[in-house]
Amino acid sequence: MKKTVKIFAEIGFIVLCMIYLSPIYIVITNAFKNRAELYENMLSLPNHLDFIYFAEAMEKMNIINAFKNSFIVTVASLFVIVILASMAAWMIVRVDHMFSRVLFMVFVATMLIPFQTLMMPLMQVMSSMSRATGLPFINSLSGLVYMNLGFGASMAVFLYHGFIKAIPRSLEEAAVIDGCNKFRVFWKIVFPLLKPVTVTVMILDMIWIWNDFLLPSLVLSDKKLRTIPLSTASFFGQFTIQWNMAMAGLLLAILPIIIFYIAAQKYIIKGVASGAVK
Amino acid sequence: MRKRKDLFWYLLFVLPLTLVFISVVIIPFFMGIGYSFFSWDGMPLNPKIYVSFENYIKLFSDERFITSAYHTLYYTVLAVVVINILGFAFALIVTSKLKLRNLGRTMLFMPYLIGGLILGYIWKFIFSDMMRSLGEMTGMTDIFFNWLTDPDLALLAIVIVSTWQMAGYVMIIYITGIQSIPEDVIEAGKVDGAGFWHLLVHIKLPMIMQSITICLFLTLSMSFKIFDVNFSLTGGGPNNATEMFAMNIYNEIFSLNNYGYGQAKAMIFFIIVAVITLVQVAITKKKEVSM
Repeated sequence: MKKTVKIFAEIGFIVLCMIYLSPIYIVITNAFKNRAELYENMLSLPNHLDFIYFAEAMEKMNIINAFKNSFIVTVASLFVIVILASMAAWMIVRVDHMFSRVLFMVFVATMLIPFQTLMMPLMQVMSSMSRATGLPFINSLSGLVYMNLGFGASMAVFLYHGFIKAIPRSLEEAAVIDGCNKFRVFWKIVFPLLKPVTVTVMILDMIWIWNDFLLPSLVLSDKKLRTIPLSTASFFGQFTIQWNMAMAGLLLAILPIIIFYIAAQKYIIKGVASGAVK
Repeated sequence: MRKRKDLFWYLLFVLPLTLVFISVVIIPFFMGIGYSFFSWDGMPLNPKIYVSFENYIKLFSDERFITSAYHTLYYTVLAVVVINILGFAFALIVTSKLKLRNLGRTMLFMPYLIGGLILGYIWKFIFSDMMRSLGEMTGMTDIFFNWLTDPDLALLAIVIVSTWQMAGYVMIIYITGIQSIPEDVIEAGKVDGAGFWHLLVHIKLPMIMQSITICLFLTLSMSFKIFDVNFSLTGGGPNNATEMFAMNIYNEIFSLNNYGYGQAKAMIFFIIVAVITLVQVAITKKKEVSM
């Protein structure tokens, strides 16, 4: 008797979870239907698997190019954020003087500023920096990476700072006596110890940067530079919506995230949990 | 000599990040304060006219802005309540003895990873064409019609979509809280004959107050700053009936080309967000001390 109740509870629970994810089912099933079939019943499974809408959506959204851009921006941003923020945080913790403390406070305090407050002046600053230096801060992937580094700095420094404080100095001091310079001490000894925070920072920033829409939409005006959210938005802005093709497009847009999530879910959930609680 | 060398290393480690940060966050912030006192249409060649506090005064009689503030408030209150109740309920289920709890946790968290923009587009289909088609199929056209054309329901639709996105996220934080309750406390409660509700209200809830505070303020500031879902699901429509703070600022600057005035709105927006967050920090700190 008790056993059947248990089994029903398990089944009920999973059914609940599946209902919760039904919007994703709706995207998948309708991506394969033609227009008539879609309007006939939006909840049914497709009669046959039609891949032509994927092909069309891929072409209209230029999804391969968008994926490439998203990938470059995300990986490059994570790389520079992790390297520069961990280095800065280490020095801020280890060299404990006035300047370090003020700097840390500024990093933390600016986490209060919403993006909308900065977006317009930021674009002005970036275009004057482009004019002054001749470097492409505006309308280039590297410019976007530069801005992601600026916006990601605060949280990354904050997370690294909290972790480094708990690491004893003695390890580093032994290396200094052995004649290592600071650069080597950091990369050989300190950075490997920071791995848990590095994973957290990477997960949190990846979710943010991969899905970011507003900043890239202001920075990247060239069609060829569009990231996945940008090409999705322009796809929906351009045509009167043909939903079957749109569903195929949306499925392509979320597929990379879902695959990545299935592969790395343990780290992702852990990273999000430890990032939020701090 | 040694001092000099130390300074070199210090600057080498700290300066690159700091310079980027200053150019991306600090300088734009102070320039933003400056811009908010000018009238400017965003064209580099057109003059910026100093108008002192005029932009800030104008805000209070700007009906569209006031309405967007009202929408934001209404949306935020609803979203915070619904997201947290659902997220907490999920956390309770997922920390129970169910064998499939890990699979469930994975599934419930998934929507959070899909960005707000794409979520908005997915649900746009559900709330417009699918609702209408369901209405035709079932005949219940009172419930099943295009929600996005109704001002009140369109706002509610945004609440539903944000809940779908965020519930799994706050669930993760609540799980951390629930798992930190010592097992023997719960056991002791059970031995004393406490039922489910009693355990929940008198033992579990008080012991995860910190998670609750974190989640409340996290959802509060996220809801307050909502843009992506607003943009893709309703675009602020019908007739600006769902336009919220962030979107109002965006439209004022980039659609109506009122750069100075829009920036003044953005400064007010900053002050409100900052106050919310500072209150959170103060409360969380106090809790930590008393614990």
